[in-house]
Formats: sequence, structure tokens, C-alpha cells
Amino acid sequence: MTTEPIEAKPKKVRNFALLSNRAGAAFLTPAGLLVSVFVIVPFFWVIFVSFTNRTLLGRTALNPEFVGLANYLSLFDPATFFQRGQFGFSLILTTQFVLASALLGQALLGLLLAWLIQTVPPWVKRITETFVIAAWILPEVVIGFAWFAFLDRDQGTLNMLLEGFGLPKGDFLLQQPFWVIVVFNTWRGAAFSMMLFNSAFSSIPPSYFQAADVAGASSWQKFRDIGLPLIRGHIVTDLILITMWTFNTFTPFLLTNGGPSYRTELVSIYNYRVAFQDFQFGKGAAVGVIMMLINLAFALVYLSIGRKKKVR
Amino acid sequence: MKLTIPAFVGRIAFSALAALIGAIFALPLLWFLFAPFNARAELGLALPDPWTLNNFVTVFGNSYAVQALWNSFIQAVGGVILVGAAATLAAYALSRSSIPGKGAVTYILLLFSSVVSGSAAMVPIFLIVSAAGLMDTHLAVILTFAGGLLPTAMFILRDFIDSIPKSYEESAMVAGASPVQAFFDVALPVIRPGIVVVVVWGFVNIWGSFLIPFILLRSDSNMPASVAIYSFYSEAGTPIVTLLAAYSLIYSLPVIALYLFVSWKFGFRFFGGIKA
Repeated sequence: MTTEPIEAKPKKVRNFALLSNRAGAAFLTPAGLLVSVFVIVPFFWVIFVSFTNRTLLGRTALNPEFVGLANYLSLFDPATFFQRGQFGFSLILTTQFVLASALLGQALLGLLLAWLIQTVPPWVKRITETFVIAAWILPEVVIGFAWFAFLDRDQGTLNMLLEGFGLPKGDFLLQQPFWVIVVFNTWRGAAFSMMLFNSAFSSIPPSYFQAADVAGASSWQKFRDIGLPLIRGHIVTDLILITMWTFNTFTPFLLTNGGPSYRTELVSIYNYRVAFQDFQFGKGAAVGVIMMLINLAFALVYLSIGRKKKVR
Repeated sequence: MKLTIPAFVGRIAFSALAALIGAIFALPLLWFLFAPFNARAELGLALPDPWTLNNFVTVFGNSYAVQALWNSFIQAVGGVILVGAAATLAAYALSRSSIPGKGAVTYILLLFSSVVSGSAAMVPIFLIVSAAGLMDTHLAVILTFAGGLLPTAMFILRDFIDSIPKSYEESAMVAGASPVQAFFDVALPVIRPGIVVVVVWGFVNIWGSFLIPFILLRSDSNMPASVAIYSFYSEAGTPIVTLLAAYSLIYSLPVIALYLFVSWKFGFRFFGGIKA
């Protein structure tokens, strides 16, 4: 995703373009069609479906009826809203998940890693980066299975280590499923923040840090007084992006299936269950609409920041 | 400059901390280094004794598993051909033509591409594919990914093309080339590195994805590896660990190879950070 905002006024100095408008329109057509059908139409279609009682099977699959706000009312029914396996529970769970795994986990760990690898010897940097990036680029099903093995109660690597240190073993997927997916998502996504902050730190003129060295500043002081203030813009960008990705992620499903007893059912997984396991497309569409509205709020903030940067 | 003793200790502490974090990141993956080569692998970490390729032989003897890798390949290659071609054309138009409303189009694309995520739009995508009669086909997966990845691919490429001086094509046109000729013969070769980045990024995204094929495909003969991997479970629902481990490794290899290729060729930077 680029942060380059859009120029409000194209330069009208010379009225010469390499590509005529006709040719330009033709060049844009294939992409325009694909994006319209698979990105823009779904946005409006999901809104429409959310006002119907469409199902996957049965009579209402072919002839859905208009039901007004019924799907939304059932999602926000105050009697059940906060119960496990209901929308409110899922929404709160997702909020906690985003706060803990993206804003605290990924961003802080990424920041720490980016700062550390500025100063460590190249071979340490390379090894650390390799594993952090591996966690992030490997296919999600592979990662899901690796963690399944890692956390296994009887033989898993984690319990083997705990035993080695004389600590009690645990069946973490059953006992602490929420914290498992928080750690899992932190581990999975820290690479992005690390790389973004790393390139932000590298763009700071080295003379700033040299001057601080001469003045006898500690690493923490350099971090707090030079590094951090100068990459503020990058931090905001990073926080918004990882918030959106974590909010929409489906990967924990591969580790926990949303369970046990809905304790890791993030909104994306809730959406899947309602639509494709309970076959209630109308209600699933309503969940999709709410997710998109939340995405929209973040996207607007993100784009407005991008614009301000350009103006300054 | 000579290091003072506290600074020296500090550097060692920093290195130790970085190495420790690296090691923690490596832990969940360690198992994958050994299990695929162990004919008696279980979920525990154990050195293979003896090291063997038997698990791989079994995987390649399983026609369903091989078919699934092939399906992943078809879907990923089909997707990136569409994304690469359509994004290059569109990005070139956004960069080099003065179509009215260009800015608005870009803004809308940027907005929609971040709002419509796969997990929020699974219902309408299912319904659109179903209405088009494409359910359970490779084409459904290819088109869905092409649409979803295109906006980001277009931005990457537009930035790339914006950074290329227009004088390349201008001089070609002065020499009598038509705009379309200038695009194919002059601009395209210069843009190629950008296209490679977009294609690699798209391939890794489609190859690794689970949700979209999981929703849009039904029959075993169309499933990509990401979904088919769940067939390596016994009737009782317990994983057949030896096969899963070997299969996971095979399935991960293209991603690792592409990562190495890109970091060798361009220096790994940001393109991969962009997920659909």
C-alpha cells in the first residue's frame, strides 16, 4: 500500500501527455473491470445482502426476502450481545486482540528489533532478521501447523523447554487460547514493523547520532530524543496499517478454529461461521458491512495523514 | 574511535538481546528443519535417526497431494499474469496520460482496496462468483485474487513509472514511434524490474492464501495445497505428521526461493509488507 497521496491539480503547464486520453482509457480498462467486479461491487452487494434473509441453502437461497434491519438487530440484540459466540463478544475479543498483538506486540517488538539491529554486528543482524522475516513470509497454513506442533501438550517444543527449565507443562491451546493467538500474531507480524522502522531509522542522518555520541548520550537517550521523534510519522503509518491487517486477519482460525468454545472467535472467524457454517448469508453480510465500516474509518484517517504530509 | 568499557558492554548486551529474540522467533520453526526428514516424526522436536527422504517419496506418490501443488501453481501463475499485465497497463496510463478524474480514481481505489478485505467481503465474493457460474473453478480464484491484488500492484507500479524520466518515450516518439510503440518498445523494458517485484509479491500472496480457495472451491481436484494439506489427517482427526511436515516443506520452498531471489536481486525491502 503506498502512502503517496493524490495530487489535487495535475500540472497544466504544457498540455502534452505521452498517452492520449483514448489510449489511456483503453490501458485502464482491464484493471478497471477486475477491480470493479471483485472490489467495488462486493462493497455495495454486501450492503444489499445484509438487508435480506438470504441463506446458502433452502428456499431463501434463491428467493431471499427483504427483512429490513432484522440482521443488524439480531447482531446487536442486547439480551445476547455479550454472550460467548455472539457478535459483541467477538467484537470485544477482536479489539483486545488488536490492542495486545498489533499495537503492543508487533509495534513495540518491531521498534525494539529495529533499534537493536542498527548497532549489532552484521552477522547477528542477518540471523535475527532471517528468522523474524521467515515467520512472516511462510504460508499461513504452514505456520499454523508449526505452532500446533510447537504447542502440543505432550511433546511440543515449548513444553519440552518448560520441562527443561523445571517449569510446569501446559495445554496452552485449551487453557490460554486468547494469549496463544496474541503471541502467535505478534510473532507472525513483527517483521513488518521491524522493517518499516529499520528503514525509518536508516533515513536519519548519521551525524545526529554522532553528535549525541560526542556528547556522551546513552543508547536509550539517543532512542528517546533523536530516533523516536524523527520517525513519528512512520510510527503512525505503521500503527494504522497493522491495526487494519490484524483486525481483518483470518490466520488464527488455522490454529484454533475459533475455539475452544468461541474463545478465539475474532470477527473475521465469526463472519465465516455465521455465513458458511450456519449458512446465514444475510447475517454474515451484516457482519461484513460493520467490518468494512470499521476499515473505512481507519482508511480515512490513514489517507488524510498521507495528504497532510504531502502538503507540508 | 575507541570504545569505552560501558559502551563495549552495552554492545554485547544489545547483540545478546537481538540474538535471543532471533532464537525465540526460530523456536516454532525448528521442528520443520527435522521432522520432514524423520520417518518416525511426531510433534516433538527430535533429531532424525536416520535422516531419510522417505516422507517426500510418500508425498510424491500421493497423486492428490501432487495435484494440489499443481493447482496452487495454476492459480498463482494465472493470477499474477492477470495482475502483472493489467496493473502495468493501468499504472502506465495513470502515470503518463492526462485522463480527467485520474486523481479521483486513484483515491477511490486506495480507499476501496483497504476497506474491502477478503474476510469482510467473503459473502459477496461468494455470491458474485456463484452468480457468474464460476463456483469451484480455477478461474474463480484467479479472478478474485487479480481484483483484490490489483489496486496495490497499480500503486507500486505507478510510483515506479513516475520515477522514470519521460524523455525516454519522448525521444522514441520524436523518432516516429506511436505512443503504443513507445510503451511496448521503450517503456516496458525499463519498467520490467517493477513488474518482477509485483509478480513475485502477487505469487507469494496467492500461493500462500487459504480463505479464498477454501470458500470458492469444492472438489478435491481443484484444491490448492493450502487447503489440501488438511487431507493429511487420519479418520480420527489426528494429523499424519510425517506427511504434513514433508508436504509443508515442499509447499514452502517456492516462497523461500522467491524471497532469496528478490533479496539477492533487489535487496528485500517493502514490497512484501503489502498484504491484500
